[in-house]
Amino acid sequence: MSRDASRVAAEGIATPALPVWLRHPGAVAGLGLLALVLLPALAAPVLPLADPAQTAPAQRMLPALSAGHLLGTDQLGRDLLSRLVWGARASIGVGVLATVIAALVGTVIGLAGAWLGRWADALLMRGVDVLMAFPYLLLALAIVAALGPGLGNAMLAIAVANVPFFARAVRGAALEIRHQDYIAAARLAGHGELAILAREVLPNLAPTLLLLMTTTLGWMVLETAGLSFLGLGAQPPAADLGSMLGAGREFLTTYPRVAVLPGLVIVVLVVGINLVGDGLRDLLDPRWVPRRPGAGLVATRAAGPVATRAAAPVATRAATPAAAPVATPVAHGRGGTGAACADDLPLLRVRGLEVRLPAPSGPVAAVDGVDLDLRRGERVALVGESGCGKTLTALSLLRLLPAGAVQRGSVRLDGTELMALAARDLQALRGRRLAYVPQEPLTALDPLFRVGFQIDETRRAHGADTALATPALLRLVGLSGVADLPRRFPHELSGGQRQRVALALALAHGPDLLIADEATTALDVTVQREILALLRRLCAEQGRALLFVSHDLAVVSTLCDRVLVMYAGRIVEDAPAAALLRRPAHPYTAALLGATPALGRPHKALSVLPGAPPMPGTQPSGCRFAPRCPRVQPVCHAGEPDLVPYAGRGEAYQGQDWDEGRRVRCRLPLEDEA
Amino acid sequence: MSVPLLSLAGVGKRYGGGRRWWPPAQQAAATALAGVDLDIGAGASVGLVGESGSGKTTLARIAAGLLAPSEGRVQWCGRDVRALAAADRRAYRRGVQYVFQNPQTALNPRRRLGAILDDTLRGLTTLKRPQRQARIRQVAAQAGVDTALLGRFAHQLSGGQAQRVAIARALLGSPRLVILDEPVSALDVSLQAQILALLADLRARHGLAYLFISHDLAVVERLCEDICVMHQGRIVEAGTRAAVLGEPRAAYTRRLLDAVPRMRA
Repeated sequence: MSRDASRVAAEGIATPALPVWLRHPGAVAGLGLLALVLLPALAAPVLPLADPAQTAPAQRMLPALSAGHLLGTDQLGRDLLSRLVWGARASIGVGVLATVIAALVGTVIGLAGAWLGRWADALLMRGVDVLMAFPYLLLALAIVAALGPGLGNAMLAIAVANVPFFARAVRGAALEIRHQDYIAAARLAGHGELAILAREVLPNLAPTLLLLMTTTLGWMVLETAGLSFLGLGAQPPAADLGSMLGAGREFLTTYPRVAVLPGLVIVVLVVGINLVGDGLRDLLDPRWVPRRPGAGLVATRAAGPVATRAAAPVATRAATPAAAPVATPVAHGRGGTGAACADDLPLLRVRGLEVRLPAPSGPVAAVDGVDLDLRRGERVALVGESGCGKTLTALSLLRLLPAGAVQRGSVRLDGTELMALAARDLQALRGRRLAYVPQEPLTALDPLFRVGFQIDETRRAHGADTALATPALLRLVGLSGVADLPRRFPHELSGGQRQRVALALALAHGPDLLIADEATTALDVTVQREILALLRRLCAEQGRALLFVSHDLAVVSTLCDRVLVMYAGRIVEDAPAAALLRRPAHPYTAALLGATPALGRPHKALSVLPGAPPMPGTQPSGCRFAPRCPRVQPVCHAGEPDLVPYAGRGEAYQGQDWDEGRRVRCRLPLEDEA
Repeated sequence: MSVPLLSLAGVGKRYGGGRRWWPPAQQAAATALAGVDLDIGAGASVGLVGESGSGKTTLARIAAGLLAPSEGRVQWCGRDVRALAAADRRAYRRGVQYVFQNPQTALNPRRRLGAILDDTLRGLTTLKRPQRQARIRQVAAQAGVDTALLGRFAHQLSGGQAQRVAIARALLGSPRLVILDEPVSALDVSLQAQILALLADLRARHGLAYLFISHDLAVVERLCEDICVMHQGRIVEAGTRAAVLGEPRAAYTRRLLDAVPRMRA
């Protein structure tokens, strides 16, 4: 379990709560601000303060630092410091009480609505709507007007005015939780609905509720102050921050201190509360990982890489000469890799591709020195377990990595270095020369726009005159038979139709290279077969190259000529599909094949590959597959093997060299001993 | 013939379709399931295959009592589940458990795994805390879950580990039927092979009955002796593994079998 231990350590989760608190700068700052106001307010009865209500007309408007009056006195000669502390105490008390009342009532209403559903939900929510229909402060004013002025009534008014917000938010969150599988699982364990609400729902509501309460607390303090400012809250001689502000307003030009100080206290209090609220939300989320300041950004900027942001053409730093990376010499493939002859330049040539992801302990390489060549018309698969870097490799070819990820190395398309291109020039190539087909077209298509509009938009992106006409596109992807397809919205299409639309978008400008990331994984087998046939035809007829990312070796075997197997950020085997499937050379490839069930052979023993691929940053120093390898030898731990040409037995298969251009990253490849 | 463990007769499920009160109109109904008959005997292993939207999960949820059918009858050991006596209801509750497709959403993200398992056992049995702890350790060992993991949250586990915990939860109350809803679809082949081996082992050891849902025919073929093919809310073909996969009679089954990608080596 040492791998698990290191994984947890890498994510920084095992640390206890207190240090995590201190590692959240916002929460610490907020706590500091809050303590500044809260501690004196709490300690007011025991502090050596003057009586806040004791007037002394002779000593009115004393300046700060007068004897006995640290902050001076107000228009009636009362000690300002004492009034501030007691006023803050009143304001905080009212704010907290109002928040708790509003939260309790709102939670009960929201939960009841979400859980009872139907008419009970409708009734409760319409009632809440009625409350919400009133302007917020007006409602509070009306309630105070009915109950009469006073701090207690102001608190009640503010609580009632805030109930709808809590009820709405809680209902929304609870409805989402209600459909989670773990609620179904709790029902299967025979628990009653009340127990489920208490044990399963409330812990998951708590963060929403706490965040809502802390942010609302700030509001409530402000609103109490507002009502008191208008003379509807605290009545003289008692004071809260709002009534002090209201009384001090008259002297704003002559004695600004009297109004500014309570205002300042309000600001510090509210900002502190909000910062603590944000911090609480993060700390209550078990997935939150504290950032070690500067670890990610500084180190990578020093290396001068290209940072890209998902889909946004803002990678302007890439345009600066300093950031333009030099095509790094091939370190991992022993020079000429044999995949392409020198005179026949491949369509896509990738060298030393590296993708680094931010992690608590600094950036880690998730793709680590990938070299690959793709010739025109070639269909190449990229396979491996999840977490091996397949998707990052595919995205980095388009420089579409998620925010925070950084890539280095050389990506040449037809001789053009994509890594050195300015964002605008790169954008001109995306879609025109190389295009991307996503895994789940339902999320890739915009649900708010009709399919026809989205196709037109893509056609116009690089000039509609050079793009294929919409009917021709639809015919190309086999959608011409669907009546008024352009008029439909994505949700009105089946999964297969959506994937065809996504393909049409990718094909609009006749790209030379299609990059498809698990493009058939979400589809049913019958639909998958049609899309695979379509992909094969599109490549064969138009000499288009395809990089097909997949975890499914059976799918890959029906579509691709060549297969690249990735493990822990490296390519470990590169071979013609037929050769790889029949006689894998790398033990990892063999293990993947052995673990794949085959229809018609239910008694085939599946090889069980223990464990999981190492997380980026925790790769072993020797062969990265060695810890899981069934054929591991002591020599495997001594440094990582290179990706070297592999001759196999040099057999011919169906008239062509069986192992042409084959490479493997293993000291003891399988075929050698056979 | 002995009484089957779980028996579904003429089960259907419609969504919507009520009368709207204003303006008065009959609302359109969507049929998720229609006229499904299915018997699962003790120790049987039934596979349920079909495309997404064919009603597999709806059927499974009705069988587990998570969803009430619009029509038809569900029987547990020969008794209608809607009219079970208290003791029989408890037996049904303990007797049928469910393993969901995505273990990360099936385990409460804000509770430690040990607490989730303990809670399950407390709901299903009257065991005292030390006995519950012993039972959890026992089942965790069977499911291949390191007890050190029980102090963690679900998101701290890999997909394979989390699915093992979910399987352990399903086994805690010694069920007689476990419904497995695409339990390996979200996993890589290496983990899939691990979980399939575990499921086969557990079934042999405890004489469990499985209702195994999958879109992957090769996986179903490995684990199930009987196979039902679903299409558009109906069971279009049911029979033994050899009959359904070897000599499919329904046109849809043949279409499904043709479409399965096969290793071309």
